[in-house]
Amino acid sequence: MRRHVSLYGLTFSLPLLIWQLLFFVFPLAFLVALSFWTVKNFAMRPDFDTINWVTMFSRKVFWQAYGTTFALAAAAATLTSVLAFPCSYAIAFKLSDTARRWLVFLMVIPFFTSYLVRVYSWQIFLSDAGIINVMLGQIGLGPYSMLNSIGATMIGYLTLSFPLVVLLQLFSLVFIDRTLIEAAHNMRCGRLRTVFAVVIPSGRVGLVIAALFCFILSFGDFVSPIYLGGGDPTTLSILITDTTKSGQQWPRAAVIALTMIATLMVVAFAAVKFAYKGRTK
Amino acid sequence: MQNRGMTLKSISRRAVLSMGGAALAMPMLSRRAFAAPTEMTMLAWYGHAEPDMVAEFEAENNVKFVPKYYTGGDNMLGLISQSPPGTFDVILSDAEYVQQLNAAGYIEEMDAADYAFDEFFPEFQQFPGHWQDGKLFSVITRFGFLGVAYNTEALTEAEAKSYNVFWNEKLTGKVGHFDWHLPNLGQMSLLAGNASPYDIDEAAWAAVQEKTLSLRPQIGGFFDYGGTFSSLNDGQMLAFAGIGDWITGTLEKNGAKVRSVIPEEGGLQWTESFSIGKGSTKADLAKKWIQYVTSAKGQAKSANMAAYPALIPNQKGWEVLNAENPDEAKRQNMLIGQPNVMDMIRSGQIKYRQLPIQQDLEAWNDFWSEYKGA
Repeated sequence: MRRHVSLYGLTFSLPLLIWQLLFFVFPLAFLVALSFWTVKNFAMRPDFDTINWVTMFSRKVFWQAYGTTFALAAAAATLTSVLAFPCSYAIAFKLSDTARRWLVFLMVIPFFTSYLVRVYSWQIFLSDAGIINVMLGQIGLGPYSMLNSIGATMIGYLTLSFPLVVLLQLFSLVFIDRTLIEAAHNMRCGRLRTVFAVVIPSGRVGLVIAALFCFILSFGDFVSPIYLGGGDPTTLSILITDTTKSGQQWPRAAVIALTMIATLMVVAFAAVKFAYKGRTK
Repeated sequence: MQNRGMTLKSISRRAVLSMGGAALAMPMLSRRAFAAPTEMTMLAWYGHAEPDMVAEFEAENNVKFVPKYYTGGDNMLGLISQSPPGTFDVILSDAEYVQQLNAAGYIEEMDAADYAFDEFFPEFQQFPGHWQDGKLFSVITRFGFLGVAYNTEALTEAEAKSYNVFWNEKLTGKVGHFDWHLPNLGQMSLLAGNASPYDIDEAAWAAVQEKTLSLRPQIGGFFDYGGTFSSLNDGQMLAFAGIGDWITGTLEKNGAKVRSVIPEEGGLQWTESFSIGKGSTKADLAKKWIQYVTSAKGQAKSANMAAYPALIPNQKGWEVLNAENPDEAKRQNMLIGQPNVMDMIRSGQIKYRQLPIQQDLEAWNDFWSEYKGA
C-alpha cells in the first residue's frame, strides 16, 4: 500500500529533517571531505589524499591517546553509574512525591552554571595548597598531590555527567511496575536481591542509556583532562587541539574527530542493542 | 460617546505614529550631533586592544577598536585564512609568523619612513622576517625573553640559572610545560649546546629529542595560557619551561612568588610586531595606530601592558618609561646607562625563537605530541 505524503505529516517531520541535515549531515560530510585535504605552508588546500589517515593511524601517540580516552570514558561511565544508582534509587523508591520533585530540581541546578567554571573551582579544592589539603593539614595529614592526576580528571567527568546520569536512571526507575517488587518480596526475596534480580533488570534500558550518555560526554571532553588532569595523559580531545595548534593541521584533526564519531556510534549501537536485548515488542 | 471614542482612538494613533517617527529619527539626530566612532578591527594576542593600551588613541582619533584575540600563531593564521580580505585592519604577529603572513598575501607593504625607526635600537631597525627584498611588512612593537620560570620560595636564582634545574629531584612532578613545542624544544636545544637552537642537523635534533624525553618523568602537566597562570600562581608547579617574564611578570606584579631568569645556557627571544591587513579600508588609521604604539609614549604604555609586560625596542620609549615608571623599568632591566637587557642580546646570550630550519615544523610538532604521550 502506498503512503500519501500529507502536509500535516510534513509539518512535523520536515523541521527535524532540516535540522539533521543542517547541523549533522552537512558538517559531517564536510569533516569527511576535510580529512582528505592537504596542508602546505599553513594553508589548507582541497585535495583527495589519504595521507592524513595514513599518518594519524600509523602514529603510536594516536593509539595511545585512543586507548587512554576509551579507558577513561569507560571508567567514568562505570563509576558514575555505580555512584549515581543509590541516589536515583533512593529518590525513586524512598521519597515522597514532593521530595522527589525537589531533588529532581536540585539535579537540574548544576546545569545553570558553566561547566568550565565548575571545573576551575575544583582546582581550588584539589591543589596542593587547596581547601582539602588545608583541612587535612589541620588534623596532621597530607599534603596529598591531587590536582593534575587521573583521579582529578575523573572528578571532572563526574561533575559533568553525574546529575544527568541520576536523572536518566531516575526516569527509568520511577516507571518500574511496583507490583513486581511486591511480588518479589511476597516470594521472600530480600531487599538487596530484589534490587539485583528485579529493579536493575527492569530498569536496564534507562541505566544503560545513562551510562552511555556519561561515556559520550567523557569521551569527547576537553575541559577536565586539561584543567584537572594537567593535560597528562594526552586524550583525543587534547590531541585534536595539539594537531590544530601547530601547522594548521585541521585535516588531521578531522581524522581524529571522525574516528571519535565512529567509535561513539559503535558504542552507542552496542549499548542500545544490549539495553533492549531480549525485549519483546 | 462614540465620537469621543473615535477621537481618542485617532489621537492615540497619531500620537503613536509621531512618537514612532521621533524614535526612528533619534539615531539619525544623534549621529549628526556626535559622529559615531570609526570601528577598527585588530587581530592580536589578548590585551592589546584593552583600555589601558587603546583608550587614549581611541579618544584622540574617535576610533573604537574591535579586537579578535588569538592564542598562538597558528590560531592567528587560521582566523585570517577563514576570513575575507579586509576583515582585520591591524594584525599583531610574532616574528616567525610574519613571513607566513607575507607569503600568503595577508598583509600590506609599509613605508619605513612612516615609522620612528631612527629612535629604535639598531638591532631592531631591520628585524629579520619583517623585511622582504628591502620592503617593510611589519613594525616591531615589543619583545621579551624566555628562560626558566620558577617559584622563588622553592628555588634560589642560582639554582634556576640553568635549564638542568628541571631535572632537580625536588621538582619531580612539579615542572610544567607551556604547551607549545617551539619555546620548549628551543630551550632544550640551547641546553644541548646548539648555538643556533633552531638551525640544527639531524644528529643534533636526535640529541635534543633524547634529552627532552629524559625530562618527561619530572613533568607535572602541559598547560595553556590560563593553566600556566593558575598553576604557577597557586604553587602547583614550581618551575616552568617555555615561558618568561610575559607570564611571571604579570604574576609577580600581583604578589605571586614567581620570577623568570635567563639561564647560563642562554635564553630565547619572542617578538611582536604590527602589520596592516591586506584590503583594509582603514589603512590610514591603521598606520596612525602603529605610529602611536611605536612612538615613545605608546611604547612606555606597551612595556607596562596590563595583560602581560614586555621589553620595548624604542630608545625614547625607554626614556619615557624610566621617567614615568622607574620601578617597572628597573624590574624589567630597561635601565639607561647601566647594564641592561640590550647587553644580554649583544653578548649573544639571547637567540631568536623561530621556526625550525633544517626540519619540518611537522617533525617538531609530532615529536612534541609523542613526548606528551610518553
